[in-house]
Amino acid sequence: MIRKITYTIFLSIIVATLILFFVAFPFGKNKMGVGKYYLNNDIKQTGAANVVTAVTLDYRGLDTLGEVTVLFAAAAGVSILFYLIDQDKKKRERQVYPNFIVRVGSRIIFPFILLFGSYIFIHGHLTPGGGFQGGSIIASGFLLLYLAYPGERVNRKKLAVTEGLAGLTFVVFGAIGIFTGAHSFLFNFFPKGTLNMLFSAGILPILYIAIGFKVGSEFAGIIDDMMCQTVCGGEK
Amino acid sequence: MIIVSWILIIIMIVLAILSVQFKDLLAAVVAMGAVSLIISLLFLLLQAPDVAMAEASIGAALTMIIYIIVVRKTERREK
Amino acid sequence: MIFYVGAFILIAVGLYAIIIKKNLVKIIIGLDLISSGTNLLIVSIGYVKGGTAPIFSHPGILPQMMVDPVPQALTLTAIVIGASELALAAAFVAILYKHYGTLDIRKVRGLKW
Repeated sequence: MIRKITYTIFLSIIVATLILFFVAFPFGKNKMGVGKYYLNNDIKQTGAANVVTAVTLDYRGLDTLGEVTVLFAAAAGVSILFYLIDQDKKKRERQVYPNFIVRVGSRIIFPFILLFGSYIFIHGHLTPGGGFQGGSIIASGFLLLYLAYPGERVNRKKLAVTEGLAGLTFVVFGAIGIFTGAHSFLFNFFPKGTLNMLFSAGILPILYIAIGFKVGSEFAGIIDDMMCQTVCGGEK
Repeated sequence: MIIVSWILIIIMIVLAILSVQFKDLLAAVVAMGAVSLIISLLFLLLQAPDVAMAEASIGAALTMIIYIIVVRKTERREK
Repeated sequence: MIFYVGAFILIAVGLYAIIIKKNLVKIIIGLDLISSGTNLLIVSIGYVKGGTAPIFSHPGILPQMMVDPVPQALTLTAIVIGASELALAAAFVAILYKHYGTLDIRKVRGLKW
């Protein structure tokens, strides 16, 4: 009963907010504030063709560093929680092995998934996409391997080293900005280049490559923690 | 664009209600993945290709596998 | 307009799942529905009628024709955070199931009202 009353109260709040939205933020109207500044000054200040990348990495780069830190904390939390389960005797489940075509096909397709993910995060400043999307595509490639070969796992130490080096790259390239030019963290100190070329936009491609490796290895670690509870029987 | 977005949003709402109401948790999880996929299409209609790619690769693929592993580790029916 | 309505209905359905439902997996699904609805709402606030995606892909595109890039950047952040938060919640559900042997939230002591 009390749940229904609570839900009714929340529902009325939602309906009131919807009416407020219809009045205050009309759909499809141009109501940009700071977005207009970003759009007008993007080419001059960052040189990136994709304005979303410029906002994510240049104007709000510190937020992205915080976000990657939150992602790392969540991955560490998942790892710790599954380690707590792991303490007990693991009961052996019936394993289902996939057939020949799935195994060979996944072996053929896996390098192409890695290539596609790398393509997406290398061209993050030119086309839609970037480190987060490319990293998660790479992690889904690892997921394919886990589904095709139950009982085997990736090397967690190498994943951790990749993740640490990627995070270090981000912080180091941000810290170089303190000592050059504008004396600010994540200052874009490289030459901007010409618009729509691969080597343009200063340090943004380097930062996005670092984010791609970091997100890919973190999600691969989460998938490894979860799959190895059910599927693979190997020791850590 | 108007008609397409109406159709997509109606399908999305139906799938969301189904994913809450299904007794079979695996079916509920699959309906949730379909909701994520339709939301990524809606992002594409709203001229946000970056967000659409993120939602399609993270929301519809990685999140689905997390749900499926949890359903497999626990129980499949909602009592 | 319909985008606002769809986003708010998603949030309402997610709240229903969180408050009324008693299965832990359904509660996580409700969390995911609320986060998806919020993302859709934020992106649809930034939409400009007739605008293009905020990418200078060829010289004819001017900044005046583009949609707002700031909500898209915020949503990009929110999606990744939402996925990692969901993984953490899933790990908690697995631990609770191992400890109590049930997914029913009424049988989990200390969580009922």
